[in-house]
Amino acid sequence: MGMTMTQKILARHAGLDSVRAGQLIQAKLDLVLGNDITTPVAINEFQAAGFDKVFDKSRIALVMDHFAPNKDIKAATQCQQCRAFARKFEIDHYYDVGAMGIEHALLPEQGLVAPGEAVIGADSHTCTYGALGAFSTGVGSTDMGAAMAAGETWFKVPSAIQVYLTGKLRPYVSGKDVILALIGMIGVDGARYQSLEFAGPGVAELSIYDRLTISNMAIEAGGKNGIWPVDDITRAYIKDRVNRPWEAVEADEDAEYERVVEIDLGQVDCTVAWPHLPENAHNARDGQDIAIDQVVIGSCTNGQLADMAAAAEMFKGRHLAPGVRGIIIPATPTVYRECMRLGYTEIFMDAGCVVSTPTCGPCLGGYMGILAEGERCVSTTNRNFVGRMGHVKSEVYLASPAVAAASGVAGHIQHPADLG
Amino acid sequence: MNAHGTAHKYGDHVDTDVIIPARYLASQDPQELAAHCMEDIDQDFRAKSKPGDIMIAGLNFGCGSSREHAPIAIKAAGVSCVIAKNFARIFYRNAINIGLAILECPAASEGISEGDQVSVDFDSGVITNVTKNETYQAEPFPPFIKDMIAKGGLMASLRAKEAQA
Repeated sequence: MGMTMTQKILARHAGLDSVRAGQLIQAKLDLVLGNDITTPVAINEFQAAGFDKVFDKSRIALVMDHFAPNKDIKAATQCQQCRAFARKFEIDHYYDVGAMGIEHALLPEQGLVAPGEAVIGADSHTCTYGALGAFSTGVGSTDMGAAMAAGETWFKVPSAIQVYLTGKLRPYVSGKDVILALIGMIGVDGARYQSLEFAGPGVAELSIYDRLTISNMAIEAGGKNGIWPVDDITRAYIKDRVNRPWEAVEADEDAEYERVVEIDLGQVDCTVAWPHLPENAHNARDGQDIAIDQVVIGSCTNGQLADMAAAAEMFKGRHLAPGVRGIIIPATPTVYRECMRLGYTEIFMDAGCVVSTPTCGPCLGGYMGILAEGERCVSTTNRNFVGRMGHVKSEVYLASPAVAAASGVAGHIQHPADLG
Repeated sequence: MNAHGTAHKYGDHVDTDVIIPARYLASQDPQELAAHCMEDIDQDFRAKSKPGDIMIAGLNFGCGSSREHAPIAIKAAGVSCVIAKNFARIFYRNAINIGLAILECPAASEGISEGDQVSVDFDSGVITNVTKNETYQAEPFPPFIKDMIAKGGLMASLRAKEAQA
């Protein structure tokens, strides 16, 4: 029986000819990732176990992005611990304030992930790199600590759902709308323990940024990873970024999928996930009566240049509605610079928004945009759980950058096509 | 290996943000994390829970973030076992890695009520509801996980492997 794309990558990294769903394997890793929240716990485990060396200093990435620039003394202490560890073991890919970007935007941009590779990260949105045709998944800190020492980890080989895409996106509709619609269809546990494997003629209609956003939220359907075939769009993106040999992997023609979900991209409209689960998908037009207090545009889900461009298009010549706060967070220093060069920063500031240094801050209720009791935010982030962005009685509505920007201008949830 | 305690019951999709809100993640101290465990969905949890108590939940327990702080907070709060219909995958891995006992058992999840006295036999997977005089059969851990737990978790088993090499 044939293997899925994920199964083939795992087999190669386990040194096996083939694997099947449910099999437990030990696989070598091309990259191990951690951030300023999860790495300290991993370092403690690493040290408590008595390890005195890392498996490969060029295959570990530590990114100080969650509560950095340091939000308080405890956050500063956590970054300090990571910094000392990175110095001691001469970690090549240590990113501190100034060079730091939001990890899942930064690693692809810096060429640290290539097709066919296997990556784990102590962050649930590590599944983002499936957009590049890599296997990547989130783990906890102990797994990260062990992997920094051993360079390998155990996996249960996942079964897969094939998401078969046809058609092409309508104006104002993006990868974010596709993934919110998909989670709305299959639920927050619809792909629990499984791979989402994207296929079909619609793949070629989606930019690498649409794919990154879609893979990023595979975890919100419970997925282990969300992976895309490698095509000209992938190759164009990694050209000049990845300067080491890599090999694309394709799913076998007779690969087995537990189910196939078909999506006609032309039928997807601007979609918003109501509180308090990402599966609560609604058409943006259903939100006309939902007044908002804040919009956040950024995060590992939607902080790329394409996302900034979509927001800038909506904000150009317009202003936030009275009483609405707009927080724009380009995900990396490169994206930040490009926003300045292309005039987006000025558009955002003219519209009344603030433009922040890269940080995960508001997405997980850390800092830089916490919500008070009763406040509502339209956010391009990935989770709208109870208390996710602040007070337990605040509300987060997940949306694309275009919808978030249009909503900020309107003062309520707004379909971009209807913005006057 | 056994557990016995009072049941605290929750619903489906209990996420890691309510198990331990991110605003407390600047700490790695288990007791400090435990002090805020479940507070966003159950403010009384810390006041009413006793060492050895058992957490009961529905589908997809521990969904969301990869924060190991979530199982650490539950374990440090004294919970001896989490029984759910099923678990989100990263939480499942993390719980095993840090030595928090977890069992998948839809029948127990349905049958056990808030406040019931519950006993668990981890070797057999038998869960006993002492209050209602019912038993439920959970899938015991597969051998490789039993082996990992017997050696003291992921890190200890890795050291044991290195020592052999």
